[in-house]
Amino acid sequence: MSEMVIEEVKSTDRKKEILNFKIDLIKKRKMSGSLIPLLQSAQDSYGYIPEKIIYYISELVDIPAADIYGVITFYSQFRLQPLGENIIRICEGTACHVNGAKGILSVLKNQLGVGVDETSKDGKYSLQSVACIGCCSLAPVITINDETFGNLTPDSLRKVLKKFTNVEKEQV
Amino acid sequence: MMKIKVGLGTCGISAGGELVYNKLESVIKERNLNVELCETGCMGMCYEEALVEIEENGESFLYAKVTEDKVERIVEDHVVNRNPVEEWIIRSSEISKEDSFLKNQNRIVLRNCGVINPSVIDEYIAKKGYEAIKDAVKNKTPQEVINIIKESGLRGRGGGGFSTGMKWQFAHDAVGDKKYIICNADEGDPGAFMDRSILEGDPHSVLEGMLIAAYSIGADEAYFYVRAEYPLAIKRLKNAISQAEAKGFLGNNIFGSDFSIKINIKEGAGAFVCGEETALIASIEGKRGVPKLRPPFPAIKGLWNKPTNINNVESFANVPWIMLNGASAYNSLGTEKSKGTKVFALAGKIRRSGLAEVPMGTTINEIIYEIGGGIKEGREFKAVQMGGPSGGCIPASMGELKIDYDEINKTGAIMGSGGLIVLDETTCMVDLAKFFLTFTQNESCGKCTFCRIGTKRMLEILERITDGEGKQGDIELLEDLGGKIKAASLCGLGQTAPNPVLTTIKYFREEYEAHINDKKCPAHSCPSLLVYSILDDNCKGCGLCIKECPVGAITGDKKMPHNIDQITCIKCGKCFDICRLNAVEKI
Repeated sequence: MSEMVIEEVKSTDRKKEILNFKIDLIKKRKMSGSLIPLLQSAQDSYGYIPEKIIYYISELVDIPAADIYGVITFYSQFRLQPLGENIIRICEGTACHVNGAKGILSVLKNQLGVGVDETSKDGKYSLQSVACIGCCSLAPVITINDETFGNLTPDSLRKVLKKFTNVEKEQV
Repeated sequence: MMKIKVGLGTCGISAGGELVYNKLESVIKERNLNVELCETGCMGMCYEEALVEIEENGESFLYAKVTEDKVERIVEDHVVNRNPVEEWIIRSSEISKEDSFLKNQNRIVLRNCGVINPSVIDEYIAKKGYEAIKDAVKNKTPQEVINIIKESGLRGRGGGGFSTGMKWQFAHDAVGDKKYIICNADEGDPGAFMDRSILEGDPHSVLEGMLIAAYSIGADEAYFYVRAEYPLAIKRLKNAISQAEAKGFLGNNIFGSDFSIKINIKEGAGAFVCGEETALIASIEGKRGVPKLRPPFPAIKGLWNKPTNINNVESFANVPWIMLNGASAYNSLGTEKSKGTKVFALAGKIRRSGLAEVPMGTTINEIIYEIGGGIKEGREFKAVQMGGPSGGCIPASMGELKIDYDEINKTGAIMGSGGLIVLDETTCMVDLAKFFLTFTQNESCGKCTFCRIGTKRMLEILERITDGEGKQGDIELLEDLGGKIKAASLCGLGQTAPNPVLTTIKYFREEYEAHINDKKCPAHSCPSLLVYSILDDNCKGCGLCIKECPVGAITGDKKMPHNIDQITCIKCGKCFDICRLNAVEKI
C-alpha cells in the first residue's frame, strides 16, 4: 500500500499537502472516530477523495471500503470527483430564496452551461449550491472563489460573470 | 490611545470589512499613527456593514457602510484632525440614527459580540471572563451549579426548549466512570446565523459555559461539533482553546481543584440531520449520521455509550452570565415559562437585517417594526417564518403574539434556533413550503420510511400545485401525509418536516386553493401560473420590451400598443422589469 502513496506523490506537484495527509493518517489511525477527520484531511490534500485512497484508509483503520463509501456519500462535503479551477457557490438560504435566488441560479446555469454540483467540460467552473453563506443581509448572494457578490439581480450577475470570464481570458 | 475596531464576522467580511481593515492598516502604517487597530465580532447590524468603531477617552463613534475609499477621509478627518465625519456616523454620544434597532434589545448572550476582540483572551477576562468557572470549582458543588441553572429557567436554545438544568441533572445522576459534554454548533437551518456569530464574536463565553456544564455533570472530555461551512468560527474557537490552555483554564486540576478537562473540535461534514443529538453522536463516532431510537437518552448512553450531555452554543453562552449575575437576574426577564432572552437572526424582506437579542415575551410586531424597521420597499408585512425547515409561518394578523416557547408552539411553528425570515406580499406561501420541503427531503437520512418517502410524495404534490397542475383533494392529501410523517418518524427532522406545509395550509389555505382551483398565484411568484400582458392604455409603443424579449414574443408597430404572444412567452419577466410606463401587467 505504501508504494501506492509514493506513486501518488510522484504524479503530483502537491507533495507537501500529501505529506501532511500521510502524517495525519499516522497520527489519527489509532484514534476512535477518526474516519471523518481522515476523509476531510484527504480531501484537503487531493481536492477530492480518489478511489484508491478509500482502499488505503480502509486498510489503515480497519473499516470495510464499502462502509467508508457509505460515509462519503452520506455527507455533502465529500466529493469523489475533482473540482473545477473556479468555484462558484450560490446561496440557497431562505433569505436568498425569498429575494430571488432562483432567478440567479437560472442565469448561472445558462451562462456557465453547468448544473448544480457539476463542473464545466473545460474544467474551468464548478457550480455548487450551499444552504447558507451567512450574509443574509446581502441576499441574494453568490461567491466566486473567495469573493462575495451580493444584492444581485439577473442583470448585475451577467455583468459580474462577463467581467470575470474576460479576466480569465486575459490571463490565458 | 485611540482604538479602531472593525466588525469582522463572516457577514462583515463578505460586505468588504476585510478590505477596509487592510486599507486602515496600511494607511495607519504609512502615516505612522499611534492608534490601535483591532478586529471584533458581529455587532448585529448586518444591514450597515462594513462597520468601523472609533473609540477614545470613553467616547465611541460608529461608522456604517464603510468602503475602502472612505478610509482615507476617516483617517484624515477623524484620526488626525479629531474631526469626526458626521455624515457617515450612525451612532455616537451626539448622533443616534439607529436608536430603535438597539433600544429594545437586551444583550446577554451577545454581551461581548462586537465589543471585544474575540482573538484576545485578556479582553474577555477584562469582562469578568472565566470568573464564573473559577467560582464554581472553588466554592460550589456540582449540584449547587445545577440548582442555579434550574432556578434560572434556562431552556435549550437549539430549538427543543428542554430545561437545561434538568438535562444536566440527568447526566449528573447517570452512573459512569467517564462522561462527555458536547457543544452542538451544527447550525444548519438556512437563514439562521446566531450560533456562528456568537462563536465568531465571543468564543470564550461558549467555552466557559461548557466548562461549567462539564464540572456540574462530572465530565472530563468535551467535543465541539462545528459545521465545516463555518471556517472562521472554527479558527477563532481553536485560537480560544489554545489561549485558555496557555492560561491554565483547560487541562488538569483547573484553578487548583480536582476538575480536569480535555477539549476536542470535530468538524461536521455537511448533513443537516447531524443537528439531532443521536445523529451528531454517530457522526462524532465516525459513522453515517443516522439518528437512534430514544430512550436510552444520551444522558444515560451517549457518545461511545457513556453518559453525555449536549447543549447548543447559545445555551452555553448564557451560562457564565447566569452564574455571575444570579438565577433571579435571569428569570426576572421573560415570560412565565420562558425565561431570559433569545437571539434572533432577522432576514428576508426586512429593512434592517441582522442579529437581535430580545427578552422572551417581546411581540413579533415589536421585532419587525421597531428593531427591524419594517418591510423593505414599503411593502406589506405578510408573515414571518420561524424555526427554519422545522418551523412554520405565522401570519401578520398574529403580530401581537408574544414570543415564548409555548405560545409559538400553539401556532404550529416552533421557536427553533432563532431564524426569523420576514415575508411580504410578493412571497408565495406554497412556493415557500416547497422550498423548505425540498431542503428537508434532501436532508432526510433515509432511515424512517415516512420521512424518506412521505416527504418525497409531499414535495411532488407541491411541485404540481405550483406548476398549475394541482388537483382537487391535494390539500387534504398533504394534511394527511403530514400528520403521518410527524407521527411515524424517529427524530426531530421527520417529526417537524411537514410543519412549513401544515402551517401555510392552516393560515393561507386560500392561496393553495387559488393555485389549484383558479390556476393563479396570488403573490405573482410562481412562473407557470403567470401571464404577462400589455395594457393598451399605458403602452406608448416605444419598443423597449421588443428589444429586451429574449424569445421575440412581443410584436407591434412603433407608437402603437404592443402585444405579447402567450404561446412563445417564456415568462422571464424582462418586459415587466424594463417598462417605464407600467404598461406590462403581471396576472
